[in-house]
Amino acid sequence: MPEMTYRDALNLALKEEMRRDPMVVTWGEDVALYEGSFKVTRGLLAEFGEKRVLDTPISENTIVGVAVGAAMAGLRPVAELMTVNFALLAMDQIINHMSKIRYMFAGQTHLPMVIRAPGGGGSQLGAQHSQSLETFFMHAPGIHVAVPATPADAKGLLKAAIRDENPVMFLEHELLYNSKGEVPEDPEFVIPFGKCDVKREGKDVTIVAYSRMTVLALQAASELEKEGISCEVVDLRTLSPLDADTFVVSAAKTGRAVVVEECWRTCGLGAEIASRIYENCFDKLLAPVERVSGLNVPMPYSRKLEKLCIPQVGTIVAAVKKVMNEKY
Amino acid sequence: MPEETIASLAVRRLSILDESGTADAALLPSFSDDEIRRCYELLVLSRAFDTRALALQREGRIGTYPSILGQEAAQVGSALAIAKSDWVFPSFREMGMHITLGYPLDLLFRYWAGDERGMHAPDDLNIFPVCVSVGTHIPHAVGAALAAKLRGDPIAVVTYFGDGATSKGDFHEGFNLAGVYRAPVVFICQNNQWAISVPVARQTAATTLAQKAWAYGFEGVQVDGNDVFAVYRATSESLEKARSGGGPTFIECLTYRLGDHTTADDASRYRPAVELEAWRGRDPILRLRRYMEQKGLWSEAYGKDVQQQAEARIDEAVHMAESAPPPEPGEMVDAACATLSPRLQRQRDELVQTS
Ligand SMILES: Cc1ncc(C[n+]2csc(CCOP(=O)(O)OP(=O)(O)O)c2C)c(N)n1
Ligand SMILES: [Mg+2]
Repeated sequence: MPEMTYRDALNLALKEEMRRDPMVVTWGEDVALYEGSFKVTRGLLAEFGEKRVLDTPISENTIVGVAVGAAMAGLRPVAELMTVNFALLAMDQIINHMSKIRYMFAGQTHLPMVIRAPGGGGSQLGAQHSQSLETFFMHAPGIHVAVPATPADAKGLLKAAIRDENPVMFLEHELLYNSKGEVPEDPEFVIPFGKCDVKREGKDVTIVAYSRMTVLALQAASELEKEGISCEVVDLRTLSPLDADTFVVSAAKTGRAVVVEECWRTCGLGAEIASRIYENCFDKLLAPVERVSGLNVPMPYSRKLEKLCIPQVGTIVAAVKKVMNEKY
Repeated sequence: MPEETIASLAVRRLSILDESGTADAALLPSFSDDEIRRCYELLVLSRAFDTRALALQREGRIGTYPSILGQEAAQVGSALAIAKSDWVFPSFREMGMHITLGYPLDLLFRYWAGDERGMHAPDDLNIFPVCVSVGTHIPHAVGAALAAKLRGDPIAVVTYFGDGATSKGDFHEGFNLAGVYRAPVVFICQNNQWAISVPVARQTAATTLAQKAWAYGFEGVQVDGNDVFAVYRATSESLEKARSGGGPTFIECLTYRLGDHTTADDASRYRPAVELEAWRGRDPILRLRRYMEQKGLWSEAYGKDVQQQAEARIDEAVHMAESAPPPEPGEMVDAACATLSPRLQRQRDELVQTS
């Protein structure tokens, strides 16, 4: 299997799907000529031309709104929001329209569209440009949400997203674009939504994570192994649908769980996951579920403070040790 | 009944100082020689700030930074017309405005080095924090203008934004509401022709940006944004009109972003070199210098002195910025809310203890 970056894996997924289906189109701010702020749309304008690869004016609500209209009219748009922070400007289209059109039509229409949005903190971009908003989308019915952690997952999930008849929020992590990994070449390599991936097996503690938090969780697991603590790392891959079966089975097996989320803790996805674990295997738990989360403050601009607000390998290690020492 | 034209619009374009430094005497603002010198000195200081910021970014001493190179006249010229009691809502590329209004240079450097405390404006300056989200501060400016009107404050509000921002709903909705309520606001667009890699022609099919104001019931004018006198004149007239109950005005400053979008960009990938060269020839500082030379207000020695003084001020500001203590963990929690919930207080205590 060839090695490639997360960025190139996404790019390849887009190219393969655009070759496979002429109805797949893409648009967004600076996606055509500039090839995307993070260069995920590299080569698309050259290969597919101006009809299928469009630069839009700076109009986020409309970028999503026209994708909704076009998807209803038979295209399969992949709209890029320059960063997920600008999804907030398109929230009406996303929550009030994209997620509900099928329902409002009593199921008569599909909405096969994808919104790609890079996000996450750690690049010192200040309070309004460093957010992790995954929970906002996960909260609403009618939207699928993908959060890939590796290049292979990025490719397989994006292809699944484009082929999906449901609208998908596809959340890429800005700090993962340069990460490398093996990626299957098979153009039919598609990862179904709603299936966690156990990225590391272990017996003492289950760490549930997603996107960049999975990468950190795996590093934490390696460190903890040296101290004799065996961690199982469950990567969610999609938040909606959420494959609770896999992490519940794992938590029941190990008896301990730590959830790692980059978003704010209050009403974060960690709360949802902890709740599913409690609902389904409370009697198997040896300790309360621990959450490692972003701090409940706007992301500081200062590098030093920003680091304190985002989960780090060290905070995950500490949380695992805490649950190892706790007892019901 | 015949079909008839019931509305048509005309867009004025104002330019006073041409590229050779020759001014239209009838339109020239009544600046004293000292005021002209001050204007030049502010332009030079703004550019020196920009040059230093770019250098500091390359050395990793500040973060991502958006250059104002080429846009100094649009910023200095407009800011010279703003009164201390007016309110300003900037976007992110108007450091020349900050400098003209006397915003402490060290605070600007601190902000761009990643310290929000750099946006804590001195008490006598009514400048809102930099808004990096494109165009989202336009409604804020309209709101502040409505508040001034409601409270009977004889002030005006100024907001700056780029050509790209004219595509945002916030722009159209803000303009519309300002028109309906005749809010005392002056909208200043720095049309620097590019929004990252997207040229104005792909931002709008309209011939000018100025004409957009007409749809909302108030005047839009285009000015030569590299002509510090034209920008000053248009801004001071519009501010006067706003302060005296005449409602909003939209000023489109036609200028050019000579640098990259930000330090994270490389504009040579998408921008024709000939276009850049043509605009280099229309340098706003050079133009004023030529005018001053003709009036006997500029000499090599004076030019050198102004440059040196600007650099000395920048040196001092950088030193001050870099010797300021870094923000402490408790501060981010304190800044987030006026009152801390018990839970937030615990989070703050833990932070302070563990770090
Ligand atoms: C709402 C929003 N969308 C997108 C961006 C990303 N972005 C930052 S600057 C910029 C271009 C802005 O162009 P313009 O308004 O012309 O201002 P200029 O950069 O030329 O000063 C874009 C798209 C943003 N910051 N905010
Ligand atoms: Mg612009």
